[in-house]
Amino acid sequence: MPEAPAAPKARKFRGQVFIDWNRCKGCGFCIEFCPPKILAFSEEFNSHGYHPPYLTKEEACTGCDLCGLYCPDFAIFGVRVPVAVESAEIVSTKA
Amino acid sequence: MLTGAHFLDGDCACSEGALAAGANFAAGYPITPSTEVVEHFASRIPTVGGVFLQMEDELASSIAIVGAAWGGAKVFTVTSGPGFSLMMEHLGYAAMTETPLVLVDVQRGGPSTGLPTLPGQADMMQARWGSHGDYEIIALCPNSPQECFNLTIDAFNLAEEYRTPVLVMMDECVGHMTEKVVIPAASEIKLFPRRYTSLPPSEYQPFRPGPDGIPEMVKAGAGYRIHVTGLTHDERGYPAMDWRSQHKLVSRLVGKIRDHTDRIARWEERGLEDAEVVVVAYGITSRVAERAVQMARAEGLKVGLLRPVVVWPFPDKRVRELAARVHAFVVVEMNYGQMVYEVERCAGDRARTLLLGHGGGTVHEPEEILQAIREAAP
Amino acid sequence: MSTVINPVEPFLRADRMPHIWCPGCGIGTTVNCFARALVESKLPLDKVVVVSGIGCTGRVAGYMHLDSFHTTHGRAIPFATGLKLANPGLHVVVYSGDGDLIAIGGNHFIHAARRNVDITVICVNNFIYGMTGGQVAPTTPVGATATTAPYGCFERPFNLPFLAESSGAVYVARWTAFHVRYIAHSMVEAFQKKGFSFIEILSPCPTLYQRRNKMGDGLDTMRFYRQRSIIKNGARTQDVDINLQGDIIVGKFVDIERPTLQQSMDQQLRQTLRDRYAGWGGA
Repeated sequence: MPEAPAAPKARKFRGQVFIDWNRCKGCGFCIEFCPPKILAFSEEFNSHGYHPPYLTKEEACTGCDLCGLYCPDFAIFGVRVPVAVESAEIVSTKA
Repeated sequence: MLTGAHFLDGDCACSEGALAAGANFAAGYPITPSTEVVEHFASRIPTVGGVFLQMEDELASSIAIVGAAWGGAKVFTVTSGPGFSLMMEHLGYAAMTETPLVLVDVQRGGPSTGLPTLPGQADMMQARWGSHGDYEIIALCPNSPQECFNLTIDAFNLAEEYRTPVLVMMDECVGHMTEKVVIPAASEIKLFPRRYTSLPPSEYQPFRPGPDGIPEMVKAGAGYRIHVTGLTHDERGYPAMDWRSQHKLVSRLVGKIRDHTDRIARWEERGLEDAEVVVVAYGITSRVAERAVQMARAEGLKVGLLRPVVVWPFPDKRVRELAARVHAFVVVEMNYGQMVYEVERCAGDRARTLLLGHGGGTVHEPEEILQAIREAAP
Repeated sequence: MSTVINPVEPFLRADRMPHIWCPGCGIGTTVNCFARALVESKLPLDKVVVVSGIGCTGRVAGYMHLDSFHTTHGRAIPFATGLKLANPGLHVVVYSGDGDLIAIGGNHFIHAARRNVDITVICVNNFIYGMTGGQVAPTTPVGATATTAPYGCFERPFNLPFLAESSGAVYVARWTAFHVRYIAHSMVEAFQKKGFSFIEILSPCPTLYQRRNKMGDGLDTMRFYRQRSIIKNGARTQDVDINLQGDIIVGKFVDIERPTLQQSMDQQLRQTLRDRYAGWGGA
């Protein structure tokens, strides 16, 4: 009888956002269109007097890069950062 | 190449000249009396390799050829007065972006719609000053179908050598007159190759001049990732809108031709060794003037003919030299005074400058030129 | 650990940043979509050429790290026609604004569509002449104010998808700057499409159009687009007029096949000249 296949290495993606602080012109697109709504205007100003965004909940970022796609100033982008998980729940595959 | 002797009109000869020069892209718009140039090209070019497209107007024609030039083609367009006016913006764009191209104006009676089927020579100043801003232009003026052939080739060569648009100022008479045109073998025609750079992209700058003030060129798609703009730009081609960049760029553009006037200027002279009166004429008028000068000589008048072949840049130096020893210049042109001002400027008050102008629609009579010579003689 | 860069960065001339567009202007957003589309379509970047005219959107050419030409007002399309005919191996993208392409460039627009020149035309429509300070455009809706229509525009505007389709465009789509993923997808389709492809992208002009017409800022406009847009792929282009406060129909409207200018030219000349035709593969 063939062996059940080994548990697949499932991957959960986490995201990370990078901000070009002084390019931001405070338009608010990224904040508005971030699907988990985890971007907000920061309290600080950049050199042009705008409030760039910051991630309010880093662990909730999926790295979808919608912020990057919207940003008219090329001041923000997101990346997916793959994270290996130790185990995963697999529904029985025994024939 | 249709090597051999032919009986061609000026328009066709011009078209053959373009083909002989290797032109492989033309865009144009019908306008009398220039249309035959592109009609002829349209029928020849598909059999030799190239494209002709009739565009929706002269604005499109004049910019389509600029685009084609940057795509690597050798380009020209043809028009007459009203179309010439429409093409002015793009003549300036070509001068600013240093795009080699040839623009042929077969002059007709003006202003406005004027006399579409009859000659004029009233676009001469427009050829020099027609577009806005500071720039210099090279313009050649044939007076026979043979010259239409030869000078069109020269125009292409000058365009490549100086990376600039070059004009061929024909007129309806020269364009529609039929004479013998000898087309040499291809091997006898010297062509100035496009100044493509051999530098790699990392070292190349599209508007950095060489020692002669002229930058090397590239074409789109060759991996150089160039930017070309009509805005005042720096050597990288990037917009640089400040007075210093303006001075650096525009003085170079103007200098490209001004500093090489001695090499570019060309004229023909006859009987000037002992002349007291110099008849200055160009294009078809020079043919009539030749006859008048013959007749005057037969009367014992000491008269010669100065015929600018390259009208812009104007042969300042030669006119100044002559002004020092002749009595008068008689400028004969088919307009109410255009090139006469150039002659007057160079002659100063050392010699009289007289105009025998004409509204166009027909050529001068030899007799009226002869009369003017008589009146100008000391 | 690896270093990442903004996916749009390789397509920008870093030595020309920051750009001149206002806060909340949508042009930069469309450039992100353009960059993504170039990556997805795997076009050889040395062969991609951007041609633009004059205006705010016209400045896109100058910021792209590609062969790019900033031409005269309204004449990007005939320039592109000459360029493409001279070198058919290039992928030519005209990227310009509504005033440039449709007012002064209108004649060239319809003729290039008629001829089916193989170019992609991206028209960022902000309903105004932005660069020169907010004058009325042939896309400005009736009733909107502009500096040259201070009491409200009274001219019926063009319906750009309708104009494009009736002139002969083989691919016509309209999106707003809100529809970023759709824009990128349409651009990919347009790049791969043989013939005259037209994509209209509605964009905020917060400084002039939106401000003068009391429509809020760029973000308000993007929210407006989200709220008012209805995706109707395959809609009849004559039904997609835009007015000041009404619904905005977006989607892919036209996707047909027709021989390109080059193909038609080759076919006709070969048919008539037979083996006397020298053919044309480029300069």
